[in-house]
Amino acid sequence: MLALDPILEGPLLWTPLFIIIGKVLFIFVVGLVATMFMVWYERKVVSGMQNRIGPNKAGPFGMLQTLADGIKSFFKEDLLPTRADRIVFRLAPFLAFVPAFLLWAVIPLGGDFSNGNDGTVTWFGHVTRVQLADPPVGILWVLAMSSIGVYGIMLAGWSSGSKYPLLGSVRASAQMISYEAALGLSLAAVLLSSGTLSTAGIVAGQNSLVDWNVISTGIVPFVIFLIAVTAELNRPPFDLVEAEQELVGGFNTEYSGIRFALFFLSEFMNVVTMSAIMVTLFLGGPQPLFDIPVIPGALEGTIWFLVKLFAFLYLFVWLRATLPRLRYDQLMDLGWKVLIPISLGWFLLLAALREFSPDGDAAESLRVVVISFVVAVIATGLFAAALKVSARNRAAANQPADNTGVTV
Amino acid sequence: MNALILATDNVNVAQNVAFGIIAAVMIFAALSVVTTKNVVHAALWLVMVLAGVAAQYVLAAAEFVAVSQVLVYIGAVMVLFLFGIMLTRAQIGKETGLNNKGWALGIPVALVLFGLLAWVIVDAFGDDVLPDRGPAPTVMLSDQFLSIYLLPFIAISFVLLAAAIGAIVLARKD
Repeated sequence: MLALDPILEGPLLWTPLFIIIGKVLFIFVVGLVATMFMVWYERKVVSGMQNRIGPNKAGPFGMLQTLADGIKSFFKEDLLPTRADRIVFRLAPFLAFVPAFLLWAVIPLGGDFSNGNDGTVTWFGHVTRVQLADPPVGILWVLAMSSIGVYGIMLAGWSSGSKYPLLGSVRASAQMISYEAALGLSLAAVLLSSGTLSTAGIVAGQNSLVDWNVISTGIVPFVIFLIAVTAELNRPPFDLVEAEQELVGGFNTEYSGIRFALFFLSEFMNVVTMSAIMVTLFLGGPQPLFDIPVIPGALEGTIWFLVKLFAFLYLFVWLRATLPRLRYDQLMDLGWKVLIPISLGWFLLLAALREFSPDGDAAESLRVVVISFVVAVIATGLFAAALKVSARNRAAANQPADNTGVTV
Repeated sequence: MNALILATDNVNVAQNVAFGIIAAVMIFAALSVVTTKNVVHAALWLVMVLAGVAAQYVLAAAEFVAVSQVLVYIGAVMVLFLFGIMLTRAQIGKETGLNNKGWALGIPVALVLFGLLAWVIVDAFGDDVLPDRGPAPTVMLSDQFLSIYLLPFIAISFVLLAAAIGAIVLARKD
């Protein structure tokens, strides 16, 4: 048996089976409710920041507005453009929606990790975790699912058989591919400090505030991860994918009714899941900052998890309300020329520190940092010199076929 | 009958049945890649084949390899494929002139390759039953890569780097 959950060790009985089915249902419901909440929360907070009232008719504080919108989109006509590729057009919304759900499976939603506990809880006499599965490759599962999500957007744009969606999806896939590299490199820094790929293991390693990966990897990977995630989610200031002024509506222009709703929901669900992943990776997941009295340990983990999650949800809404959209070339420059070199350099620096100053001695660490800095300066100088030489060669030859100096 | 014999030999029957089903889906998808009349559909069928490979890895308890397969092939290589197709010829519906003149040559090449791989695998393993030792830990895999297989590992990375530089040199016009 794969080591997914301690409950699976030993003979498979009815009780563990029901516990697992219960967990699946719970995650499904939590995923949907969290998405509904996020849609309402975003509209409400943005309207507050723009000095408007926002949704206030359906239910208390307009909280049922999303439900009303969902019911409306169920009953709307479901258009299929004449020039669309029928099968792929129908398949695309699910390719976007299903991976967003599957991400929930590996996120530790609670459990007692304080004081070096391993985060397991006992339900009905069975030891298990407050997460659906804890595979040894958990964090790679996250990357795999988010890369499958790209297909939904790409194929939606292509199969619509119209130009604006196609342009939107080409933009989207270029953007997502570019920022996935920076995302992976900053993630590698976390894995270097945690030494494990399992999400529960990463959380368990962040025992106290100084062990939280945001501090132990030195804030830079966290910032890069945050920027790259915002770009992966196609959220402002990186929402070129559905820039209304340029592309009508982007990849989902031709979609209507429930299929459009699926895209909409998956987008908001990705915001919640990606925030949860950042909490898990950098802020210790359900690890407590301090002990809340009275409340039992396992529940406390969930409370801390939710508090940290909310901080990120608010941050995303805040970004949307305040930042203008980037231009396309600025987006690509930021991704390739700023984020990837910095995250790669930082990763190498962390690796060098780990190798040559394993016990964290201040003088030794300083020496490693200085040497790394000198090496980085020399490398950048050489690279700049190579670029200059190739530019001069090209100018001298002044013909298209000459590529002697290109040393990228 | 066959299944009964396997069961007495301590072979995991469920695993074998699943292998057969996934293999059948993969063969169908692989044939569809070359017979479909639409380039994007062909790419999607290829995604199906690669996903089938990942599923086979999971069956063989090689979860790290399976996830890497999804990440690298489905998540990166095929996305780039589709991206390239969309930038150049994103036609919807049937296309003509997709077949190369020498397409029939591909059949003997495919058969020879299949024969070679099958012979190598049968020759190496024969009727051996793989020991039931569970998934290989990722740590063990990486230890192997960075110790005894370090040289081939670096050599392959070097080939990939050369390919990347070559692509840039070929594509750069200015």
